[in-house]
Order: sequence, then C-alpha cells, then structure tokens
Amino acid sequence: MSAREEILGRIRTALKDNPEAPQIPRQYRQTSPLDESALIELLVDRLVDYKAQVSVVDAAGVPARIAELLAGAHSYVVPTGIDAGWLTGLDQGSGDSRRRLDSTAAPLSVAELDGIDAVVTGSAVAVAETGTIILDGSPNQGRRAISLVPDHHICVVKAADIAGILPEALRRIDGTRPLTMISGPSATSDIELERVEGVHGPRKLDVIIAR
Amino acid sequence: MSTFLGMPSLPVYGTGNLFASESFPTAAHRELGNAQLRANLGHATHTIRDKRLKMVAELPDWEQLRDAGSAIKESVMARLPELLEQFEENFTARGGVIHWARDADEANAIVAGLVRDTGETEVVKVKSMATQEIGLNEYLEEQGITAFETDLAELIVQLDHDKPSHILVPAIHKNRTEIRDIFLREMPGADPQLTDDPAVLAMAARAHLRRKFLSAKVAVSGANFALADSGTLAVVESEGNGRMCLTLPETLITVMGVEKLLPTWQDLEVFMQLLPRSSTGERMNPYTSLWTGVTEGDGPQNMHLVLLDNGRSAALADEMGRSALHCIRCSACMNVCPVYERTGGHAYGSTYPGPIGAILSPLMTGIQAEENNSLPYASSLCGACYDACPVKINIPDILVHLRSVDVDSKRGKKKLPSQMDAGMKAASWALSSGKRLGLIEKGLPLGRLVAGPDQKITKLPGIAAGWTQSRDIPAPPQESFRSWWAKEHRKPDTSSAPEPSHEKKDQP
Ligand code: SF4
Repeated sequence: MSAREEILGRIRTALKDNPEAPQIPRQYRQTSPLDESALIELLVDRLVDYKAQVSVVDAAGVPARIAELLAGAHSYVVPTGIDAGWLTGLDQGSGDSRRRLDSTAAPLSVAELDGIDAVVTGSAVAVAETGTIILDGSPNQGRRAISLVPDHHICVVKAADIAGILPEALRRIDGTRPLTMISGPSATSDIELERVEGVHGPRKLDVIIAR
Repeated sequence: MSTFLGMPSLPVYGTGNLFASESFPTAAHRELGNAQLRANLGHATHTIRDKRLKMVAELPDWEQLRDAGSAIKESVMARLPELLEQFEENFTARGGVIHWARDADEANAIVAGLVRDTGETEVVKVKSMATQEIGLNEYLEEQGITAFETDLAELIVQLDHDKPSHILVPAIHKNRTEIRDIFLREMPGADPQLTDDPAVLAMAARAHLRRKFLSAKVAVSGANFALADSGTLAVVESEGNGRMCLTLPETLITVMGVEKLLPTWQDLEVFMQLLPRSSTGERMNPYTSLWTGVTEGDGPQNMHLVLLDNGRSAALADEMGRSALHCIRCSACMNVCPVYERTGGHAYGSTYPGPIGAILSPLMTGIQAEENNSLPYASSLCGACYDACPVKINIPDILVHLRSVDVDSKRGKKKLPSQMDAGMKAASWALSSGKRLGLIEKGLPLGRLVAGPDQKITKLPGIAAGWTQSRDIPAPPQESFRSWWAKEHRKPDTSSAPEPSHEKKDQP
C-alpha cells in the first residue's frame, strides 16, 4: 500500500465515530466603520508603532517624496510595471542612471539585487488596524525578491487601497498569487523577547500614503 | 485485534523527537536547580504574557474569533481525508509535488532524497516544528547534507549544540550575555568587540547568514497553514529569513503535519488575527508569505510538500484527545503555564513542551511510550492554558483524560497490584468504617516522631514519595479532628473540657 493510501486509511479509521463538522460561527467583525481619513490616521499610527517611516502626501506629491527618500541611494530598483507618474523627474538628465528595472521576463540576479540600495514598489491592499501592507506580485509590485534583498523598501499605498480590518483586505485580493504581508521592517524578539527592528528583510521601510 | 486488508489497524504511533527520555519529575527536578534558567524564563514569559493580554484586549471580537477558530479546526478534523485530497489536487495542479510520509524516518528519507536530486549538499532552513519533530537536521547531517537554521533563535540553539526549549522562542532559556558568548565562541569571524545589546547581536546574525541566503539553492520550511480550496501554503515569521528561504532558492521543500489544513481562503482571516496576537503579542507579525504552487518567474520553480502523519492519525483516533490537533503552535499556553515557567521546555523531553506538549506528545506516541506517561501529570490543572488558547483547546480536560488512560494502561499491563492499587484498597478499608479510622488515627503522634524537631516530613516512602518530592508536609497533629470533636462535644457531666489554646500552640 502506498504511504498516501495508508495515511488516508489511518485517518478514515481514526474518524470511524463519524464526528460532525460543525457550522462555523462567523460573528466576528466583517467590516470596519472608518472613513478614509480615519483609516489613514490608524494606518499611520500602526506603522509608526512598528518603526516604519510614514509620510502622507497628495497623489501629486508622490514623485517628490520618492525623490527625497532616494536622495542618498546609489542605485534603486523598480518593477517595470511601476506607476509611471511616481518617478517623474527622477534622475532626468543624468547620464548614468541609478535606476534598474526588473520583471519576470528580465529578472535581475540575486547578486545584482544585493548590490542595489533601495526598491520602490506599489502595493495591493493595506490593513489599517494591524498596520499591514500586502504585496501580490502585480506588475507595479514586481517579483518578491526585489522587495526583499535591497535594504531600503519604499512602498506606496494608495488611500483607496486601505481596508479597515483584515477580513476586508483579504476579500480584495486573489489568494493564489504569491503574497507577502508586511507589517513594519523585519524584526526579531528572539533575545529576551525584546523587539529589535531590522534583521534579514529590508531594515528600513518607508511608506508613502497617497491621498 | 482483527485486521482486514485495506484498513490499517490503529493506532499507528509517531517516532522521532516526541519522547521524554526520563520522567517529567526527574527532568524537572534537575532543571529547577538552574537558577539562571528560571530567571530568564520568568522574565521572558512575563514579558510576552503582558504583551499578549494588551493585544488581545484591543480586539472587541476576540471571543468570536476564538469561537470561529475552534469550529473551523473541529471541522477540519471531521473532514480531514476529503480536505487533504482537495488540497493535493489544487497544489499539484499548480505545479507542486506532494509526498506522503507515514513517520519521521520516511519523511527524513524523502527530504534527503529530494536534496540529493538537486546535487546540493547544503540547505537553508526556516524554523519549523515539524522538522524538529522528525529530527531532520541530524538525519541530513548523517547523509552528508548540512542544514543551516536561519531563524535567530534556532541559530543560537544550533550554534550552541543545544535543544530548543520553547516553540516560538527556542532560545528563551538563554539571556543576552549567554548569547553573546555563544556567538563569540561559535560564529566564524564574529567581532571580538561584540556587545550583548540585542540589536548588535541581531546584526551579527544578519552578517553571518546573508551570504548563505543569497547563494542557497535549496530551502526547507514548515508551514503554518495550508488552504484546501486553493492549494496555498503560508509561513508566518518576523525576521525575513523565511522570505529569503521561500523566495530566493530554486527548490523549496516544505514539511507539514496533515492537521495544518484550513478549508478555505476565508478561514485565513480568522487565523491571521488569532495567531500573531497570541504568539508574539503583536497586532501582526512583520512578514507572512503565501504561495500557491509554482509562480513562473517568481520564487522557487521546484516545489515539494511532504505531508506527515507521524502519530497524528493516532491522536485523531482518540475522541477526547483529538482536539489537541487544533493547535496552531502559538505558544500562549506555555507562556501562561506556572509549571513551564519554572521547569522550562527541556524537562518535557519532546519537541512540544508546555501544556500542549503534555497532551500532544503522549497522544502521538501512545501513553506507554518511554516516559511520556509522566507528562499528563506535569500540570496543576489551573486552566490558564485553556483561557489563553486561541483555538480553545480544553487542555486540562485532556490531561485528566490521559491520566485515566495512563492508569488503565498500567492496570492492564501489570499482574501484581501496584502500590497505588494497594494503597487505594487500604484507604477504602479504613475509610469505610469509623472504628477502623479511629484505630488508625491513634497512630498520628507517631508521625510527629518521624517529623523530628522541625515538625516537617520531607520524605515519604514508596509511591507517596512523589508528594514530598517538591514539598514538605507538616507533622500530623497530636490527635485527629474526629477525636478532638468527640472530646469537645462530650456531654457536660462527663466532660473535662480541654483548654482551647492547648492544641493551637502545637500546630505548625
Ligand atoms: S495549545 Fe493553544 S495556546 Fe497552546 S500552542 Fe497550541 S494553539 Fe497555542
């Protein structure tokens, strides 16, 4: 008998008392009552609590803010599908561009990514209550490796993409895409349960919330 | 026992790191002698306890989430064969390969074979209870394959050639100074100026592992959840070592117990609210990765999943104990447990320590295995674990149930009556008659002699020794309550009233 058949057989035998599958009581919150400005305020509060750096700007202010954050970077990577407007004016005129493009069709190697200082991506949806940003690998977010290897992640969240609570957010995305849920920069509590920000993931997380 | 073809006889128990090699009281006694360990544990468990309470109090619907979580898991157990088949179909359809492992040995052999097929001799690992349980690292080492633990705490434990003592914070028993010393001793190229500041230590770990991550071709992980309706796997983590392992290598091998399934995507909204708050006491853990088979151009292109039984079907066969399989390994129960707080995780022997370990290990191995029958007694039944458990596993009830299974199994095994049987018989003889009891009570002053000048009995003989192992009992009074009462309430004409202060003075 194959291991598969045998294990399934053992489990069926273990359940010979035919336990009933109960109805799932879903009395927990499904929606949150907050409006856009309250959602932004809550998300900012949570992200700051995780030691992420947050700025709230008008949509038109995104390129300037990105440029400011990238001022010290020797190089940065963006997914090819990044919202074109976000990079307006950035590095224009300079002959030796700091910008590197990445896509599944033309991926950078891990070693190349390791030599790049920063990454700029969009995001799929955010959860205000938990301070969580979800990336789903859409063209404006790119492959998972680009938002992981560079040490500084600049992530743009559109106000319309902020959900109040987790159930609302998960309803908005396709669970079969490669997903990364990010709540602050990487951290560890492994030493005496004291939280330390910045381990293997990007040590610096900058979130730009675009109204 | 009758077996017919095609129907496996049950239960088939698990193997691997699930056993207490010595009885809990013996191990606990030794661990209790380590004052540093107790101080570290006390500090850590209290810190996390307070954080958890604060985070749980923030959610107005915490109890509703627990109710949903508990019902979802109960439903998973009831529908397990069907859900496993559904998961397999979806995972396979998206390019993943599923392997089934009856026990630890089979799982280890599968993983080693898969690594060998890649031609690699090194793997990076994300912290995983399942691979601890099967002893994968040790097995791979025998096969000439080096496994690098990448979670900071696992790294500390691995560098120190120690064993994890907590399922979430495996190095909880070590303080920062001890960790600094381990790094200085075991980490090649560690800066001799290394301080014991946790931030500095975390940076040392980053530097140590970075090159490994960037060059690794094969990763081994566990999984926190598996969604049957889509074939999706999830890993919940903090440091980014998980993302590194799940994203950069070419081959990913995940080892997961069969009980980790959730029926639908929607169920994730419940568990991703329950788990982070219960485990690290955070609103959300820094990183959660979800992947569904192979995504072209993004992440590992060879995706394997080893589905592990290793005694889970045996636990499932115990109708009263099966809910132990609902466990999502958050560790809240151990953080609130007064026994764990004092003994630490090593005293439990198995990969699974604390209250959940005290039920899960004997359920997966059978109560008679090695010293695992001592585990259900490693509890004061105070119920703190049940209150803390996000999926409402009634651990105290299962402990009591397993104690009775233990007693029954001993009775079946022994022909001669045990000390306990003899003692119980004697007690029933004595207690069934007032006259007999009175006779025995005449012996009370003898006990005072045994107790000596400090009026404490520190060692009882035979089976009763267990009682005095961790406590002294006061010397018995000069006379029993029954005889005092009789004297006090004698009819006035025959009474020679005792002075009330007389007895008091002698009471310890
Ligand atoms: S038994 Fe409950 S509290 Fe303990 S680790 Fe498992 S889920 Fe958490």
